[in-house]
Amino acid sequence: MDVTRLRAIARKEWVQLKRDTRSMILAFVLPLFLLVFFGYAISWDVNDIRLAVLDQDHTQESRELIEAFEASGYFTVEHYLESADDVDGQLVGHRVLGVMWIPPGYAADLAAPGRRAPVQLLLDGSDANTATIALNYADAIAARHGARALLQGRSLTAPISLEARTWYNPNLESRNMIVPALIAVIMSIIAAMLTALTIAREWERGTMEQLASTPVTRLEVVLGKLAPYLAIGLFDVAVTVVAGILLFGTPMNGSVLLLAVLTTLFLIGALGLGIFISAAVKSQVLATQIAMVATYLPAVLLSGFLFDIASMPIVLKGITFLIPARYYVTVTRGIFLKGVGATVLWPQALLMLLYAVLGLTLATRAFRKELDA
Amino acid sequence: MPESSSLPVEVHELTRRFGDFTAVDHVTFDVREGEIFGFLGPNGAGKTTTIKMLTGLLAPSEGEGRIAGLDIRTERARIKRRIGYMSQKFSLYSDLTVAENIELFAGLYGVTGERFEERRAWILSMSELEGAEDRETEDLPLGWKQRLALGCALVHEPPILFLDEPTSGVDPVARRRFWDLIDGLARHGTTVFVSTHYMEEAEYCHRLALLNRGRLIALDSPGALRKRIVEPILGVKTDDAAGAVSALSGAPGVLDVAMFGRTLHVTVDDAAAGADTVERTLERAGRTVEAIEPVEPSLEDVFVSLVRAEGGAVVG
Repeated sequence: MDVTRLRAIARKEWVQLKRDTRSMILAFVLPLFLLVFFGYAISWDVNDIRLAVLDQDHTQESRELIEAFEASGYFTVEHYLESADDVDGQLVGHRVLGVMWIPPGYAADLAAPGRRAPVQLLLDGSDANTATIALNYADAIAARHGARALLQGRSLTAPISLEARTWYNPNLESRNMIVPALIAVIMSIIAAMLTALTIAREWERGTMEQLASTPVTRLEVVLGKLAPYLAIGLFDVAVTVVAGILLFGTPMNGSVLLLAVLTTLFLIGALGLGIFISAAVKSQVLATQIAMVATYLPAVLLSGFLFDIASMPIVLKGITFLIPARYYVTVTRGIFLKGVGATVLWPQALLMLLYAVLGLTLATRAFRKELDA
Repeated sequence: MPESSSLPVEVHELTRRFGDFTAVDHVTFDVREGEIFGFLGPNGAGKTTTIKMLTGLLAPSEGEGRIAGLDIRTERARIKRRIGYMSQKFSLYSDLTVAENIELFAGLYGVTGERFEERRAWILSMSELEGAEDRETEDLPLGWKQRLALGCALVHEPPILFLDEPTSGVDPVARRRFWDLIDGLARHGTTVFVSTHYMEEAEYCHRLALLNRGRLIALDSPGALRKRIVEPILGVKTDDAAGAVSALSGAPGVLDVAMFGRTLHVTVDDAAAGADTVERTLERAGRTVEAIEPVEPSLEDVFVSLVRAEGGAVVG
């Protein structure tokens, strides 16, 4: 290891990067663009669930129930149906997401002690995610409404009310979940893409051979190439974190220092992976494509960013352990939302350290034929 | 063995195979200090492969090689510090400026501080690139790139310099200037190992190794090589050189016919009888013979003759 040689490589890499518009956009524009784009586009919050109502009771009580739904802000009543025959048409035609069916005798059942007052909610399950959320909302509204009815009524049994409370993200704003994870996903992609270009370019332009004829070692080349991109990666994370806080109001509850340390580990791994891919295929176009597929898809699908890992089939769950973005997503969410520290995140930190070592090893081994150790 | 007593380049039975193809076939030679040693041969003769093995870029399949006494198999890292290497493509970083390229290679060879300033100034003046420091290498004329690449290969003042076809694609004036630089380096004690397929450039070399199909077919000074040619060569001037070549090919006593501009070089087995045959054959073919006289063989003639003596055909 020779610092002069390492610095020579790093400086050259920085100058080349500065003069390459494509890399500059990738390094400085794309991360923020992706954050803003996805931050606004992806949201699992379900509002304005369109509802049709078939009220066959026509009592004050039934109207109160309907009002309770509307007042919640989650449901809007689009149609009032006249007969049961209309129900199918509403759902099949996607005119509404659900139909609330209040049968005759609802008010009477409600008033009668010890009797249940059944109300039917039919949901369009073709969008399972939204339907599940709608169902939860409806359950909650019905429960609260029922509890109030009990209190107003003369029941002797105290109603058992199940009070669900969500921690860390009390308003259940999906954006708070998305933004920290999004930063992780964006950095997985950007990091590998940045370095994917760098070694392949040396081969395409024939400079690798010239480099190989000098006393520079593989590790010096890898670290020298890594250094400027690591700096850019850290800068990108800083910018996206600040943007996440300012634009999306994402809370930052944890230690910035811990985030920086773990981000460094993650970036070294991802950048190393990019160098490895680049050295293996020796073509800039192919290297960026492979880097894209190898990082983007797993980071989006298997990191816990979009889909909950706990509810994945066992095989997929096993695969997620191989996706570094999985650990980094846990880290960013943990630090942002829960404010957890190293005592909680050490398994992730350890695995990301392993990833960093692996990335560097792969990158260094990748051109052992051309350069001496 | 102490380094001072070893030759800059020693090669023994060096061989490199790529699958079934033998690119370099049991080549043995050595290079003396301060010598311009030329590696001459057509494309595909094994010149670049040999240079890559000697510079530590490629491992040999068989045989041995030493650079300044260091083993090319096991001491590649130490060899790289003692040699300068310039590849066929003048592989500079085209998106870096002249100054940045010099700085990069200085850094890679550990040339820093005052010594760097000195070397930088020397390279700029040697390559006549003063004032062009901040120009991106991409925009430079090929001749300038070539001299800058030479400068970068010399930044650490290596005692041995390897040049792989250093003049390919460069115009004749720039080529001449380049050889003057090489000559000056050798005069100051640098050993220069240079490959080329331009026969006329071979004249600049102190000694020449002739390579064909991976085999070393001759090794000597250009003058001695020229004397080696056994068959006489006749310079023939006619009104139609191309027509004359086809007429003479296969005529009795005619071994080879090659065009040199408007003149034909006809290799014959006997000078007097050959001149007769040539004259009669051409007249029968309806060509006017303007002159027939024995000529000093060129290196190309030597090359062709030696390949024929080996019983092979020239590659490339």
